[in-house]
Amino acid sequence: MSVTSNDPKHVDAATGTSTTGHEWDGIRELNTPLPKWWLYIFYATIVWALGYWVVYPAIPLVSSFTKGAINYSSRGEVIADVDALKAARAPMVNALAKASFDDIQKDPKLLTFARAQGKAAFGDNCAPCHGTGGGGSKAFPNLVDDDWLWGKGTLDDIQATITHGIRSTDPDTRQGNMPAFGDGVLKATEISWVADYVRSLSNLSVDAGADLKAGQKVFAENCAACHGDNAKGNQELGAPNLTDQIWLYGSDKVTIVEGIAKGRGALMPNWGDRLDAGTIKALAVYVRTLGGGR
Amino acid sequence: MAQSGSAGLLPGQKSMTLGEMALAVVAAMSAVLWVIITANAWTPEYAFHAGLFAIASVATVFLVLNRYHDRPAELPAQTKDGKPNYNFEPIKFATIASVFWGIAGFLVGLIIALQLAYPELNFGLPWTSFGRLRPLHTSAVIFAFGGNVLLATSFYVVQRTCQARLAGDLAPWFVVLGYNFFIVIAGTGYLLGITQGKEYAEPEWYTDLWLTIVWVTYFIVFLGTIIKRKEPHIYVANWFYLAFILTIAVLHLGNNTTIPVSIFSSKSYIVWAGVQDAMIQWWYGHNAVGFFLTAGFLAIMYYFIPKRAERPVYSYRLSIIHFWALIFMYIWAGPHHLHYTALPDWAQTLGMTFSIMLWMPSWGGMINGLMTLSSAWDKLRTDPVLRMLVVSVAFYGMSTFEGPLMSVKAVNSLSHYTDWTIGHVHSGALGWVGYVSFGAIYCLVPWLWNKPKLYSLRLVNWHFWVSTLGIVCYISAMWVAGIMQGLMWRAYTALGFLEYSFLETVEAMHPFYIIRAFGGGLFLAGALIMAWNLYKTIVTPAAEIEAGVTPALVPAE
Repeated sequence: MSVTSNDPKHVDAATGTSTTGHEWDGIRELNTPLPKWWLYIFYATIVWALGYWVVYPAIPLVSSFTKGAINYSSRGEVIADVDALKAARAPMVNALAKASFDDIQKDPKLLTFARAQGKAAFGDNCAPCHGTGGGGSKAFPNLVDDDWLWGKGTLDDIQATITHGIRSTDPDTRQGNMPAFGDGVLKATEISWVADYVRSLSNLSVDAGADLKAGQKVFAENCAACHGDNAKGNQELGAPNLTDQIWLYGSDKVTIVEGIAKGRGALMPNWGDRLDAGTIKALAVYVRTLGGGR
Repeated sequence: MAQSGSAGLLPGQKSMTLGEMALAVVAAMSAVLWVIITANAWTPEYAFHAGLFAIASVATVFLVLNRYHDRPAELPAQTKDGKPNYNFEPIKFATIASVFWGIAGFLVGLIIALQLAYPELNFGLPWTSFGRLRPLHTSAVIFAFGGNVLLATSFYVVQRTCQARLAGDLAPWFVVLGYNFFIVIAGTGYLLGITQGKEYAEPEWYTDLWLTIVWVTYFIVFLGTIIKRKEPHIYVANWFYLAFILTIAVLHLGNNTTIPVSIFSSKSYIVWAGVQDAMIQWWYGHNAVGFFLTAGFLAIMYYFIPKRAERPVYSYRLSIIHFWALIFMYIWAGPHHLHYTALPDWAQTLGMTFSIMLWMPSWGGMINGLMTLSSAWDKLRTDPVLRMLVVSVAFYGMSTFEGPLMSVKAVNSLSHYTDWTIGHVHSGALGWVGYVSFGAIYCLVPWLWNKPKLYSLRLVNWHFWVSTLGIVCYISAMWVAGIMQGLMWRAYTALGFLEYSFLETVEAMHPFYIIRAFGGGLFLAGALIMAWNLYKTIVTPAAEIEAGVTPALVPAE
């Protein structure tokens, strides 16, 4: 147990430096002066800070604050940045706003610009559902193939879809619902038959003992109105082609049965409320370049 | 109980102290209150918490009476055989709790790191979602692990350097157990979705009130011990502990000023609004780093490094200057968390410039830590515990340089909101706070349990290298990922459009998230090695440890 010692003349043998003379639980403290480099850098940071306060907003006053020598504000900096960007883009943005789709197709410079703007807008707005490359995911169509659910994949069709959305609140939205046939319309066995039948249309295996004839009959009576007698779908109603091996939700029987029984109806927002017309035009051009548009 | 009450006036007979009586009565009243709240709580989650408070209150009554029944008539003496009669029992509890919570906190950290790389690991359940587990991780490592390390070391250091027994009889136990009960309430609250949504201050009003009671008691015990000291001066470690305890109390009260909806509801509303709320939050948040994770752990450094190295502290003068500069400057630095936001420019300027001025005051601690080793550097080769302590100071120096750098607005515009911040935090958390804590725990356990040394220094060596590799993987992955993320966000094409969508930047992070999780896994593995080593140190008889399962330390010449 260390006895409290207070020997002002105590010197540390290893360094030859005197200590403060105090000792706490065996610990002493050397009387080393402040390292010069440490002190000078500390002073330098203080001088720098004082200078910074003169140049930039720094001191709060009663109802305002010192604006600094160069009248800087971070809000002003952002506004200047955005204005500069807008000015740089302006000639092409204006040209795009005026151009028809035909003009854009004919002008390589305009087309390049529209694709670039479309790609950026797609990444910010569309990618969360359709994927960064437009590959789609369950309930959200793949935009890279040339299979179009709504319309025929023309630029005008794509523009209309983006502007008004699908099953959105826009009065001109694309509308069309897959009803829930399980709600008293079809019995479970009937749904099973027709699911097998739908799978057979794409040459997928069906359950042993599946009654395809019965399934065909159910299909003709309930599904053909939208999906067509030949099951090739209807692009006016967003009724998918059921014979092309392209599946929005999945091709396994459980998924198909679920779709028939509970109905389907994924949403796409009406981007016309959020994006300007030029951006939507650019998006249409970009999306069309992803897949085989017509 | 009734017997001793009636015989209380007889000489030599034991009687309840005022503290024992008051605590038992208050706890009994608290039990009644919490039973009523449990019965009327608006949500099952709050009823669960109220029930825990009721059980804890009843347990307190029982423990106080039971302890009274078992104890001798005389309270423990202040001195024994002419030496201070140190109170180590609550310290032992906090030491074990720190290891337990540390491993729990590191494990949750590993889980959320894996969730970022593989989102399926959220399991689609609210209780296991990233949003709830992330605050569980931060609070578990900062407040549960770090807090218990601070409780254990501060109660140890203040006794040893004051040559005085810890103030109070029940109070130290109340602090340690009460603090750990706070952790249980806070942690289960996160999982159940009870949060006020403030970083590092998520617990709701009733948990905050409870912590306030515990913390004020902590302050009184600590200050009371300093007042009883047998030394003429207060050792530097104790200044840092005192600054930490006092400032955390102020920060906690300021940032948690809320109005509860009802005593039967866990919900409350913060009185601050808008940007003022944001400013108060980051004044709190940054100084939780400054006073909890810096001042508190510098206190640990100031005792354990000179003690372990058996060398005097490098410079008394530096310790004074950097202490006062540090606590004065730190409190201003919070606004650098809100650069380029609605916070007025003048506040951003002050936050940034004070962070720059804070650089040297922070480094004062590093210099004093590292230079204390002068003429004892050779001990680093033979003593992995000292190596851990010294490397912690190196990490401290690195992150207290990186912090001011990142507070510069131009740098911050690149680093803010990226994983660079996460890398910075973890070089401080794993390297500095983690290592200085491990070093202190490795010293404390043999001292507290009266063992000549640790069970195995080779295991400490393994812990050191495994976790160092883990830290290096972690922080370098986050540096690369964070800077890449920042550069991708701001990249423009020649035509003036953003080059990358947000999703593309997320995809680019994936490999680094895996490396980070790997690093975190190694850090956890190191902590498990430590836990085993400490367990063996505690359970192996002193003589066996002395005989040595591992080579003895080569004494330094």
